[in-house]
Amino acid sequence: MAKITPLRDAVASLVRDGDTVALEGFTHLIPHAAGHEIIRQGRRDLTLVRMTPDLIYDQLIGMGCAAKLIFSWGGNPGVGSLHRFRDAVEQGWPHQLAIEEHSHAGMANAYVAGASNLPFALLRGYTGSDLPKVNPNIRFVECPFTGEKLAAIPSVRPDVTVIHAQKADRRGNVLLWGILGVQKEAVLAAKRSIVTVEEVVDDLEAPPNACVLPAWALSAVCPVPGGAYPSYAQGYSERDNRFYKAWDPIARLRETFQAWMQRHVLDTDDFAGFRRVLAESMKEVA
Amino acid sequence: MDFTATEIMTVAASRLLKDGTVCFVGIGLPSTAANLARLTHAPEVVLIYESGPIGAKPTVLPLSIGDGDLALTADTVVGTPEIFRYWLQGGRIDVGFLGAAQVDRFANINTTVIGPYDAPKVRLPGAGGAPEIASQAKEVFIVLKHNPKAFVAKLPFVTSAGYLDGGDARAKAGIPGAGPTAVITDLGILTPDPVSKELTLTGIHPGVTVEQVKAATGWDLKISPDLKTTEIPDAETLTALRDLQARTAAAHGQVGGEG
Repeated sequence: MAKITPLRDAVASLVRDGDTVALEGFTHLIPHAAGHEIIRQGRRDLTLVRMTPDLIYDQLIGMGCAAKLIFSWGGNPGVGSLHRFRDAVEQGWPHQLAIEEHSHAGMANAYVAGASNLPFALLRGYTGSDLPKVNPNIRFVECPFTGEKLAAIPSVRPDVTVIHAQKADRRGNVLLWGILGVQKEAVLAAKRSIVTVEEVVDDLEAPPNACVLPAWALSAVCPVPGGAYPSYAQGYSERDNRFYKAWDPIARLRETFQAWMQRHVLDTDDFAGFRRVLAESMKEVA
Repeated sequence: MDFTATEIMTVAASRLLKDGTVCFVGIGLPSTAANLARLTHAPEVVLIYESGPIGAKPTVLPLSIGDGDLALTADTVVGTPEIFRYWLQGGRIDVGFLGAAQVDRFANINTTVIGPYDAPKVRLPGAGGAPEIASQAKEVFIVLKHNPKAFVAKLPFVTSAGYLDGGDARAKAGIPGAGPTAVITDLGILTPDPVSKELTLTGIHPGVTVEQVKAATGWDLKISPDLKTTEIPDAETLTALRDLQARTAAAHGQVGGEG
């Protein structure tokens, strides 16, 4: 049953060292505030799962929170490389990062299988690709009815899934809309879940077929207005493309990255503090 | 009207998309070409993005695969698993429109790594939706800029299948779609030989020489005896492309990239 609680308390009680953690959101509704809180609380040895590890995973990896990454596309969308991710893969900095690499179809199906309480996902996939040669978790099985060869990959079953959504009601039922990605599947596949929301309202005003995650299927709901920044929440905020571009030079060098993380994340108390300091530093750059 | 090499590439790629085609669109160059088609000769083209929008009609080019404009202008938005399960795997996509970091002589695509996988020289973003788009769309168009680093004889890593080792290797591997039927570059158009499936230069853009294309290709490129010169983009199409890019630049401060 969801408790409506501050993000700091939710991360402290629900995200543990060594956990498999999925922070999902397909460009839209990426839970940046929760990622920062995991960094602030110094979690280590996480297996991070995400279809599109982007800026928040660049930060988690560069700050040494991750031991392993399970993913299908790693870049700064619309800009280029993730420099901290590449430094970890190419140079082992700040330490070696194990990677398990899939395609989007594989990952999406693995979340569906996790949410469906199945041991593996089945798809027509990976044929002709070299990915199965480098990832032993991509295997092939024979259809028992036709003999066709189909791809199989283990379900994703995170210890914790974290997502951001537009709103929750006072009981903790959550409504999200727009680009939904794999958030619903990732939450239902996980043992525990944290949902940060733009606002808590009296009435969700959700149409009957809207994407609602009921309070009883969630662990914690945390009000964090703007908590997806620099990603966006449809109906509340726009994607800050300027920040995605600004991230490239910040992350390019280890020193500038560390200084930026110290000032903006480690030295701030919460996401509101981060936004205040960021507004100051973006003004300095401009 | 004068035009740049990138513009004729984009226009040539967009012309291949017929009206009413259901197209699974990659971000970057494919998205530019597909939206140009929608704004010019193919108003009924259906654009599907892997983030979930079906029938997207964005007013500016998306910077990322999940821009809000894609959702707001779409006929419907579904979850990402549904896009891959019902719409792509379900066999409902006519054309998969892909970009690539590298392509080989049999139109296989690499977007994963340069150098050995375990000790990469360059770590690229990875597969994204491409392996299944490349295998399950009824046919595939690939658009990328032409240079020896991108057009290599043998890929360090095959992310997404073209014709594998050529001939009937693709069909033998059990891959359903027809595969890449055109590779559109800033120099010309390559299409697979009907039997060997080796990419052959069948179209060349005006002002480009065959020697230039050969020099930009990392294998001994076969030239079609029936080599055609790409039709010059008409003023109306160029204006539509430039307006789209100007609107995009005004909205994002830059033109869309990979995502």
